Amino acid sequence: MNAPVDYLLHLADNAVVLGQRNAEWCGHGPILEEDIALANVSLDHIGQARLLYQLAATRLGGDATEDKLAYFRDETQFRNYTLLELPHNGPLVGYAVSDRDYATTIVRNFLYGALMVLVWDALEKSPDADLAAIAAKSLKEARYHLHHAADWVVRFGDGTEESHKRAQAAVDHLFGYTEEFWTSSAAEDAAVAAGAGVDVRSLRAAWDAIVNETLAEATLVRPQVRGYVPEGKHGRHSEHLGYLLGEMQGLARAHPGATW
Amino acid sequence: MSTVVERVWATLEHLTDPEIPVVTLRELGILRDVTETPDGVEVIITPTYTGCPAMGQIEDDVKASLLQAGIPARVVTRLAPAWTTDWMSDEAKEKLRVYGIAPPHTTRPDVSVVKFMRHRPAPDEVACPRCGSTHTVVSSQFGSTACKALYKCLDCQEPFDYFKPY
Repeated sequence: MNAPVDYLLHLADNAVVLGQRNAEWCGHGPILEEDIALANVSLDHIGQARLLYQLAATRLGGDATEDKLAYFRDETQFRNYTLLELPHNGPLVGYAVSDRDYATTIVRNFLYGALMVLVWDALEKSPDADLAAIAAKSLKEARYHLHHAADWVVRFGDGTEESHKRAQAAVDHLFGYTEEFWTSSAAEDAAVAAGAGVDVRSLRAAWDAIVNETLAEATLVRPQVRGYVPEGKHGRHSEHLGYLLGEMQGLARAHPGATW
Repeated sequence: MSTVVERVWATLEHLTDPEIPVVTLRELGILRDVTETPDGVEVIITPTYTGCPAMGQIEDDVKASLLQAGIPARVVTRLAPAWTTDWMSDEAKEKLRVYGIAPPHTTRPDVSVVKFMRHRPAPDEVACPRCGSTHTVVSSQFGSTACKALYKCLDCQEPFDYFKPY
């Protein structure tokens, strides 16, 4: 059976929100090579999101299009993990939006990348042939994303005193948000019940292995997590998503249907 | 008399990748199939990277060439089986090398995801396309485009692109 549209939107929203967030580094990267790398990773994420939105639009039928799904849904309709919408400013560089902390960017890409290689690997075998086709392509890309992020986690963690301090602060800051991976949502439950989705909780041991091993190599400590579990995939977001969407959707909403 | 399918292949043979003008779409494996249908010809293409900005251009190029040749055709994008650099012919790989891009190694799809991380592979040993030395280092996993990594040759000191296995 096919995966429900809400499940496709959850996957697509994750990809587009992180793609948009990481694109903020374009022209501002800490070094030229990383500026280019992040732009390329963003392109992959936006490309994956487009394929998923196109599939969702086809299945919704009527006048649904990929652009309507990306640009004309409001914040509470987005089903992405809260982790992915957080700004790049880490706990050690204050909260001015212009203050971007590359350790925060890299640690987020790592924590999400480690999940997505497992998710795409599982979805590649989905009986939903269209979703499986997207997963097969995305897996190839996600491996490079994870490889890139893990390399930098190790380089930062096992680097200088300053890079270690910032990497550890980023890990401490972001780790709690990964708890959302392991909670259930109606869209995911429906996809699993249809046999087309993957139960993310079944991937937790593999994710732990990737994360623990990389953090150990990076001489970073995995923090104990407790307290509030974010609910972004239920449409309850942090205050940051609205600003992100404002920037991403502004042009399309100012000129609906425009082409060039 | 050549068939219409043969004419399509011949017409599209001159089309090259917008970013890498030395290899054709057929050699890259983007052009998958041409079939005759009751209402014309169907051309199947497959995207490389999901976000590759060249894909739109490639589709337009295919359509424009066929229009110019007066062949009514429909261009269909198909995702499965997923494009892989393993489809590149040896001839195409040699053209890449001469152009200054180290050609892709064979993919290792049998390596499971977790194993991939456990034994995080050392970067591929890539030969410098200019001097042939394998005394090279990776500078960045992502080069001028998503499909390439940036390497540097430690012998001739030249930086170069490596077309990553996909």
